[in-house]
Amino acid sequence: MAGEEIVLRAEALKKNFGKLEVTRDVAISLPRGARHALIGPNGAGKTTLINLLTGQLKPDAGRIELEGGDITGLAPAHRVRKGLSRTFQINTLFPDLTPIEAVTLAVMERERTAGQFWKRLAAHGDAIEESFTILDQLGLADVATRTTRTLPYGQQRLLEIALALATRPHVLLLDEPAAGVPKDESAALFAVIAGLPSDISVLFIEHDMDIVFKFATRIIVLVGGGVLLEADPETVRSDPRVREVYLGHGHG
Amino acid sequence: MISQIAIVLFDGFAFGMLLFLLSVGLSVTLGMMNFINLAHGAFGMFGGYVAVTVMRQLGLPFLAALPMAFIAMALLSVLIERSLFRRLYKAGELNQVLFTIGVVFVAAAAATFIFGTVQQVIILPSWLRGSVEFGGVRFGIYRAFIIVVALIITALLVFGLERTRLGAQIRAAVDNQRMAQGLGLDVERVFAITFALGCGLAGLGGALAVEIVGLSPSFGFQMLVYVLIVVSVGGLGSITGSFAGAALLGIGDVAGKYFWPEIGSFLIYLLLVAILLVRPLGLFGKR
Amino acid sequence: MTTPIAAPIESRDWLRRRSRWSPFEIMFWLAALLPFILLPTYLPLASQIAIAALFAISVDLILGYAGIVTLGHAMFFGLGAYFAGIISVRGWGEPISGLLMAGLFAGIIGYVVSFLITRVQHLALIMVTLGLGLLTYELANALHDLTGGTDGLRGIRTWPILGQFKFDLWGYTGYAYTLAVLFLCFLLSRRLVNSSFGLALRGIRENVKRMPAIGADHKGHLRLVYAISAAIAGLAGGLMAQTTNTVALDSLSFERSADVVVMLILGGTGRLYGAILGTIIFLVARDQLAGINPQYWYFGIGLLLMVVVLFMPKGILGFLARIVDRSK
Repeated sequence: MAGEEIVLRAEALKKNFGKLEVTRDVAISLPRGARHALIGPNGAGKTTLINLLTGQLKPDAGRIELEGGDITGLAPAHRVRKGLSRTFQINTLFPDLTPIEAVTLAVMERERTAGQFWKRLAAHGDAIEESFTILDQLGLADVATRTTRTLPYGQQRLLEIALALATRPHVLLLDEPAAGVPKDESAALFAVIAGLPSDISVLFIEHDMDIVFKFATRIIVLVGGGVLLEADPETVRSDPRVREVYLGHGHG
Repeated sequence: MISQIAIVLFDGFAFGMLLFLLSVGLSVTLGMMNFINLAHGAFGMFGGYVAVTVMRQLGLPFLAALPMAFIAMALLSVLIERSLFRRLYKAGELNQVLFTIGVVFVAAAAATFIFGTVQQVIILPSWLRGSVEFGGVRFGIYRAFIIVVALIITALLVFGLERTRLGAQIRAAVDNQRMAQGLGLDVERVFAITFALGCGLAGLGGALAVEIVGLSPSFGFQMLVYVLIVVSVGGLGSITGSFAGAALLGIGDVAGKYFWPEIGSFLIYLLLVAILLVRPLGLFGKR
Repeated sequence: MTTPIAAPIESRDWLRRRSRWSPFEIMFWLAALLPFILLPTYLPLASQIAIAALFAISVDLILGYAGIVTLGHAMFFGLGAYFAGIISVRGWGEPISGLLMAGLFAGIIGYVVSFLITRVQHLALIMVTLGLGLLTYELANALHDLTGGTDGLRGIRTWPILGQFKFDLWGYTGYAYTLAVLFLCFLLSRRLVNSSFGLALRGIRENVKRMPAIGADHKGHLRLVYAISAAIAGLAGGLMAQTTNTVALDSLSFERSADVVVMLILGGTGRLYGAILGTIIFLVARDQLAGINPQYWYFGIGLLLMVVVLFMPKGILGFLARIVDRSK
């Protein structure tokens, strides 16, 4: 792994909720084009870590760098504009908008043209086209003009990703992208993720070990708020401590 | 000057205690269900009418009319909560605000229909009238009575909340509704009881307020802004917060109108906005 | 249901169709001209409705589209009214420039206030808007020399429009003037809600938590729409001052702030025509009912509010739209 360009780096991240240490001295580094998985039992602090990285939460200590620049104090929207995007474990969509509207909005926020109240939306042809391309890429072209709340759950999960892609991320953090999706569908969903442009670095949280071992090139194991182990899938698979954590807590 | 300050503090505190009784129920129910009930003051209004009516029609003494106002409003509130308000717990805050404003309108119209638009008067027993002199300052006996009643009720509330089973349930529901529900607490029932108690207190406050601020069908509107200020400044779900907020507002209001009659109200609203901008959850709000 | 589409062009067409003028709209605006011929005795009421509708549109932009609940928007209506009135009293009665300045003034104050508004949410937001409204009312009351206090502003004189059209006693000029301003502001608002900015506002209303995650400066959007809304409210207030030649404290009152929200809810939020329809129903009903007995009016409006909230959450227009959708 040496010599690779690191796009996202976190050092000594700490976060406490009251007396509870939810993030303990976490350091991670994500090289360009990475497909890393973040695993760990429930309550290990996986989502908290993503919230810290993307700025929804402020760390008590530590430092976060995106492509060499310090982003520790930046607001979430600002990080997104710098190329750090995320999806949410629980659908965080715009229920009354259609996918084409929602993704076009994300594209236009990126282009800083969303505030143009004097120009009709339909006149922004490029943004709409780009948005359609993204939807098409994720297999959502057919439902582009249906209201989001009426879409099947699996398609709503894909729309989560489409919204994040519309920000043209350099780093994409996926918080359980397949949460609640049936197993056969989740493989298809991860096939989409695997097919993302190779210059996007991806870190995803996932519980299904088959999927993790299939799609991740490297795995970070989080336990009790701290990194237990970071290694390639083979090492993780055979690590006794990981087995202990998972089997010991009844996860499979 | 010192005597002026003393009388302003005294009158203001008494007014604040009225506001406390009128608003503490709303603060607790808001903290529990996030239900913005702008009609809370209307219960105060009807409480006042109940007290006036039972005294005039049934010849009951003032001290008996007060609990009647409490009981009548507690019962009425259960009826309204079960039939109407419960449909709105999941609705957005705008819908809650509008619906309960609608209730205030209807209540005002109903009060006019039954009692007319005239200002009602309440005849106090002789021992509550007049004033006593203390250090060269004359304090109204009735205002002292209000303060005593409010302090007793505050003590009961604090004790009840800290020491009784229902109190523990209420605290749990305010702290974390979902967790309380998960632990098998019937939050809706706890809420209905709290709501009834709160509206009963508003009714009592309304009955006590007749002598001080008068009573007419617009009472619900007049008190609305005061009640909202107490709740939002004090912080949701907090009895101490409501107490402090009400005392602060009562003293501030009386002092403002006494010393700076031109801009007294202006200063109150300025303070309200400033407090909320610095502490959006109120002075004692936790969440 | 929409048929599946296969090309980006069709998505674009679909978006374009959503902002196209419908025959109903054209009919509506033609009907707005009818009072000139059919109901000349009601022209003053028609002007009042047009002014209130403009005010309701301003509130719809922030409440219906961006989801900012306000109980204090009369603040900007009153500021516009007093501004237009005061410059007239001080010797500048030219209506169009006076109106524009009134709108600009309210808009600037709105922009300043928007920095406070975007700091708070939920109950605190409602209370801050309410508090600012009451504060402005008390301020106008205290600045007696400037505003006339409780006596109202005296001596407003509005010059003929473009030096040609005098404000007549029957209200022909008044209605033509207010209707023209309403229509222009409506066009502006219509363009705004159909723009990418309108889309961003709907995004904020639909899910404010997602907005930062798509890189949006949603507070910036809110500040902008708040200022625009305040400016339109100021125009409505200015119109009232110029067409009635009076400005009183009630232009800043809580009742006015609450009434406009009620009108909007009746008609349906998040639709410009909802604002207009709600205003028409509200003011015509008040005109008719309050003549019989004001208490009927309060009772009726209270009951109507409760019914609308419980059974027609998207207002009368939304209710009608759903019926039309179903019968298709």
